[in-house]
Amino acid sequence: MFNKLFAILCLFVPVEALAQSKTTDFMLDNGMQVVVIEDHRAPVVVHMVWYKVGSSDEPPGKSGIAHFLEHLMFKKTANLAAGELADTVAAHGGSHNAFTSLDYTGYFQRVAADRLDLMMQMEADRMTGLQLSPDDITVERNVVIEERNQRTESAPGALFNEHLQAALFLNHPYGVPIIGWMHELKTLNYDDAMAFYKQHYAPNNAVLVTAGDVTPEEVKALAEQYYGVVPANRAVTPRARRQEPPHRAARRVIFRDERVAQPFFARAYLAPERNSGDQRTAAALVYLAEILGGSGATSVLGKALQYDTRQAIYTSAQYKPTALDPSSFSLVAVPAPGVPLQQIEDAVDATITNFLTHGIDIERFERIKSQFRASEIYAMDNVSGIARRYGAALTQGLTVADVQAWPQILQGVTPKEVMEIAERLFDEKASVTGWMMGPREETE
Amino acid sequence: MMRIFILGALLWAGAVQADVSVKTVTSPGGLSAWVLEEPAIPFTALNIMFSGGAALDPPDKRGAAYMMTGLLDEGAGDLDSQAFASAREALSASFSFDVSDDTLSISVRVLTENRAEALALLKTALIKPRFDTDAVERVRQQVLSILATNAQDPTDTAQRVWVAQAFGDHAYGASYQGTESSITALTRADLLAAHQNLLVRDAVSISAVGDITAEELGPILDDLLGDLPAGSALETPLLELDIPAGLTVVDIPTPQSVAIFGHKGIDRTDPDFFAAFTLNTILGGNGIESRLTAEVREKRGLTYGISTVLLTKDRANVMLGQVASANDRIGAAIEVIRDEWSKLARDGVTAEELQAAQTYLTGAYPLRFDGNSQIARILVGMQRQGLGLDYINTRNAKINAVTLSEINRVAARLLQPEALNFVVVGQPTGLKED
Repeated sequence: MFNKLFAILCLFVPVEALAQSKTTDFMLDNGMQVVVIEDHRAPVVVHMVWYKVGSSDEPPGKSGIAHFLEHLMFKKTANLAAGELADTVAAHGGSHNAFTSLDYTGYFQRVAADRLDLMMQMEADRMTGLQLSPDDITVERNVVIEERNQRTESAPGALFNEHLQAALFLNHPYGVPIIGWMHELKTLNYDDAMAFYKQHYAPNNAVLVTAGDVTPEEVKALAEQYYGVVPANRAVTPRARRQEPPHRAARRVIFRDERVAQPFFARAYLAPERNSGDQRTAAALVYLAEILGGSGATSVLGKALQYDTRQAIYTSAQYKPTALDPSSFSLVAVPAPGVPLQQIEDAVDATITNFLTHGIDIERFERIKSQFRASEIYAMDNVSGIARRYGAALTQGLTVADVQAWPQILQGVTPKEVMEIAERLFDEKASVTGWMMGPREETE
Repeated sequence: MMRIFILGALLWAGAVQADVSVKTVTSPGGLSAWVLEEPAIPFTALNIMFSGGAALDPPDKRGAAYMMTGLLDEGAGDLDSQAFASAREALSASFSFDVSDDTLSISVRVLTENRAEALALLKTALIKPRFDTDAVERVRQQVLSILATNAQDPTDTAQRVWVAQAFGDHAYGASYQGTESSITALTRADLLAAHQNLLVRDAVSISAVGDITAEELGPILDDLLGDLPAGSALETPLLELDIPAGLTVVDIPTPQSVAIFGHKGIDRTDPDFFAAFTLNTILGGNGIESRLTAEVREKRGLTYGISTVLLTKDRANVMLGQVASANDRIGAAIEVIRDEWSKLARDGVTAEELQAAQTYLTGAYPLRFDGNSQIARILVGMQRQGLGLDYINTRNAKINAVTLSEINRVAARLLQPEALNFVVVGQPTGLKED
């Protein structure tokens, strides 16, 4: 229960595990990819459109434009008044929202299954029909500034994390926050939004995911009717971001803020991500995060720091396997009262060194493996979650086959593979060490 | 003898019909539960909710229920904390313990393949938690760390100050997480007392959804909960609310101020409740674009989010709202909120607004019944509120029965602009305290 309350300290999303449901996929003539996941337990459908564009595809100096545009997508279009999409979803008892990440932007509605056509009609309309006004820009930019105030400026943990990411990525745009730096966010304008929209919002840059009480035949007919008529856009080009040079120096971030009541230690390393046809290394890293971090009572860091020496009150290891470009693996330790950050850092390093020498507790490895298997069963209860996994994978360089192979790949990982990737991962030069602390705490 | 009643509940909303065939079960030992058989996925979601939560903490032991709940899976029976966690992991079961002012709830997911072993392990956590010294000290440090962080958090601080002003010396007036001094002083005996007071058989509501039959569930419940001590939840005093009206500023160095605002609410059993619930949806609820979202966010860009809620606690009811705006704009946001409150109390809603809210609320209701874990949560909540199984069928009719004159009479009754109490945390400019 307390781990949940420490969620603010989590740097990345947790381990993912995939469920196999009845899934069909096909491509429309204009290049829009479609995935249909069937779950007929309730007469409900989730309708999602994912664009292969995220904050890491923004032009330099325009940080935040991907997320700002996501907000503006609820304004007036060729056929919809501002807010009409939201009102229409509500009038049918549905829910809706949108999200922007480093690699993708997504829009979804959850409605009664027989309202799918209406959702497609509206979503297809705003794919290319957005009609912004200067007023939209001014008011909505203020909303986004307040969003940054709320999520980041008011949360020292979020500010610390921003600095950690900026220090980890020397060249790749993963170092820029999704919501944007405040000074750039304040200057975003109509031209920035429309240029980004025209460049990236097109059927040949989108993935449609529908999940729930629908059949592939009906989805195909509707998708052809609404999305199939939107012309492909030749301006869409494959994504090629600036990549990382070799990392030759470890970095440190000492973050002080008078609002910090609980200091903590974090360490992030560059780590390989899932790649199409090549997911085994990422699968081994998923195990490594669970073995080192996982549950405080049974993980390597938790046992050593929370139980044996009681120097920490919380530890974790986090890894984000799904990303378009190389991602990160991180460790967090929250010291017990009176334990200096240097001591907790040394203890984490000693624990990792000891792990690299002594290897994996095989019994625990097997328990983790069976938990991954079980999590596929539990995941089937949440069809929206399965839809999100397909959307995220297909906008981050993976295929439907990769998504479906992932659970088996996870089941096939060996302790030896985990130790091999661990040996390569913990390269001090490819790391950032962060200390989050109050204004008066000693650094020594 | 085990008794099973079957009530087919047909959810209706426009074209949506969801067939939720919930059965009621009474175990041989006399425990009753609601069960929905859904064999498609080989696991069961089980929800166990005890009435009487952290509000039962003695005044000087605030935080005892919270800490006790956090210790239930930190060692039980023959297993210490680490052995218990290993055993749970080996079974791939998930047990989630949660406490609030009025309830202690346990959300469980167990695989069909090892259900009996997993529930036997859960039983030790409920009946024989160890409260070992090292576990108590470890959890105490975690709670103290959380409290220290919360003390710096604008939203948490605003909520703490608001409830203190509203509920005074009643348990609701202080956070169920306790304070630094109360948590520091708690003893093992206090935790045992909290365990004895809260986990009592007659205070429990139970639901099960998934790969389990009503016939299987009865004996399982007797095994799992039959050894709990008999007895109902202790009674806490009903609150006579006397919430001060005005505005309090709490200085925390942050660029954005958080405001919590509200006044007296309405009881769930009040004949006006459904009108009030619909009214709140129009003023500041979720789903349709509320008046406050339209005025504060969409028209003026003063916030990322604003909402209001009717909070129905066992011993008090309040209507609460929350907004966050930059320090130099929170004053403008508060002015709009006061205006909208007055306007709605005076002029009421339009027929179009009422209809849009009714369409949304009745359409959204069946969509809530999504997934075993989610349905189990809904079913246990209904039982605790004393709603019958037929509520699933009658709830939408109650929403649709709200008339324009009724909702506008309730707007004048419920919304009291001059009674609003604001707590603003941050460094707001141009705000006058009173």
